[in-house]
Amino acid sequence: MKKDLKNISSQALWHNNPALVQLLGLCPLLAVSSSVVNAVGLALATIMVLVCSNLLVSLIRHQVTDAIRLPAFVLIIAGFVTCVELLLQAFAYSLYLSIGIFIPLIVTNCAILGRAVSFAAKNTPLISAFDGLMTGLGFGLVLLALGAVRELIGTGALFANMELLLPFTENWELSILPGYPGFLLALLPPGAFLFMGLLLALKNLIDKQVAEKDLKDIESELGSTATHTQN
Amino acid sequence: MAVKSIKLPKNHQALSTSLIMLWVLAACLPGLIALTVFFGWGTLINIAWLCLWALLFESLVLILRKRSLSFYLKDYSALVTAVLLGLCIPPSSPWWLGITGIFFAIVIAKHLYGGLGHNLFNPAMVAYAVLLIAFPVEMTNWALPLGVEQNVDGFTGATALDLFRNERGGMLISEFWSQSSFFGTFSGIGWEWVNFGFLLGGLVLLYKRIIGWQIPLAMLGSLLLMAAIFYDGGSSASGGSPFMHLFGGGTMLGAFFIATDPVTASTTPKGRLIYGALIGIVTYVIRIWGAYPDGIAFAVLLGNFAAPFIDYYTQPKPIPDV
Repeated sequence: MKKDLKNISSQALWHNNPALVQLLGLCPLLAVSSSVVNAVGLALATIMVLVCSNLLVSLIRHQVTDAIRLPAFVLIIAGFVTCVELLLQAFAYSLYLSIGIFIPLIVTNCAILGRAVSFAAKNTPLISAFDGLMTGLGFGLVLLALGAVRELIGTGALFANMELLLPFTENWELSILPGYPGFLLALLPPGAFLFMGLLLALKNLIDKQVAEKDLKDIESELGSTATHTQN
Repeated sequence: MAVKSIKLPKNHQALSTSLIMLWVLAACLPGLIALTVFFGWGTLINIAWLCLWALLFESLVLILRKRSLSFYLKDYSALVTAVLLGLCIPPSSPWWLGITGIFFAIVIAKHLYGGLGHNLFNPAMVAYAVLLIAFPVEMTNWALPLGVEQNVDGFTGATALDLFRNERGGMLISEFWSQSSFFGTFSGIGWEWVNFGFLLGGLVLLYKRIIGWQIPLAMLGSLLLMAAIFYDGGSSASGGSPFMHLFGGGTMLGAFFIATDPVTASTTPKGRLIYGALIGIVTYVIRIWGAYPDGIAFAVLLGNFAAPFIDYYTQPKPIPDV
């Protein structure tokens, strides 16, 4: 059980990350990651929808036949997305306006439907909810990284307008580079593709170096045992 | 017995990459001189500054990629990119503009795609497009050409093509030209000579067979055709005279030096004609109905984008066995 949870986390957060490896849900990921506050807003919304939809899908997995599986799952997801949308309108209206169409579009985020079909429909409710949380976190962390890099390079500041989401963070804005002329491209869609590509390259680079190190470790271990037997 | 001398077919030796690049650099000179005469020392300073950073970034990436420094630096391709970009950006641009541009050209547009020969897009034009999108104000502020009254506000302003689109209102062409001090015989003051310079350099490249005739001819021809169709007798809805388009903005630089980049252009003879025509038409469309001062960069990028597709459908058929 514990091993399962650990495995789910490592798969969702790194090895099979929905954004970095499966490249699912790229539309909201690229469109909304222009600032930290937008990224955090969308990340929270996605996590909430994923946890709730995974839980509910798992609960009804024996009642839903294969023929109506997809429509049923989409309806469940759409229901939770509507809840999130209404919640945002009630408590963070200006953030809702700035993320706009991408909240309703969470319904079409393949990462969510993908988890419902490939995981929640085959597993027990609690594990499914945990998987939803981890997948959402994996997606949200990439969103946050992309949002932070783009905001920093685009405007030279970080955490601008955080109070739109969390009222107590009014003075969080950090001008890291005062007098920075701004780099509009980073905030525009081409910048999103560019930085997403660089993020993917970074992930692959880290994976490659880890694999090389593992290989070396194994080789040196084999080498030491070989010398032992020779002696 | 007298041995009859037989003339062998000429031993044709293709120029090496570095020699080609040196010829391209040399052919830029007439246009560069015209730019310096009309717009001041800015372009020369920009080129020197960009060359410095191009070599720095190139060396840095080569070290990171574990490639031979001397071999790749000696092909001068980084310098050609730097010079072409330096010719495109405004002479009065701030120091960081060039660094940002050349970083995108060398590191992102060239080496991230696998280095010279693997890049899909013309590095100098990628950099130009990046700069134009990211810094629209700095990129459209050209030095005022020699012969235009310097105004109190400073030494910079929009280019002639830019003025033509933005400030003409509903005037007739002749009305606008007589009113604005920015226009010379054919096109913008200064610009006509700059374009003439690049035309001269381009003809040298053609004569040396460094570039083929298809791309420049198709590009200039289609631009001329579009301009002739929409000239409309110089009416208030006219798109400007064909001469203004041929000798305005970056037309000649684009046609002979940028669109003909052997790596990113179409490679088949028929494909080159299509590729050039596409660039010419898109350039005109962007100039007249678009939102940017000149359309060459975007047109070339679009052409680069289409080049593999064009090549695929224009492969010459092998001669059938008789």
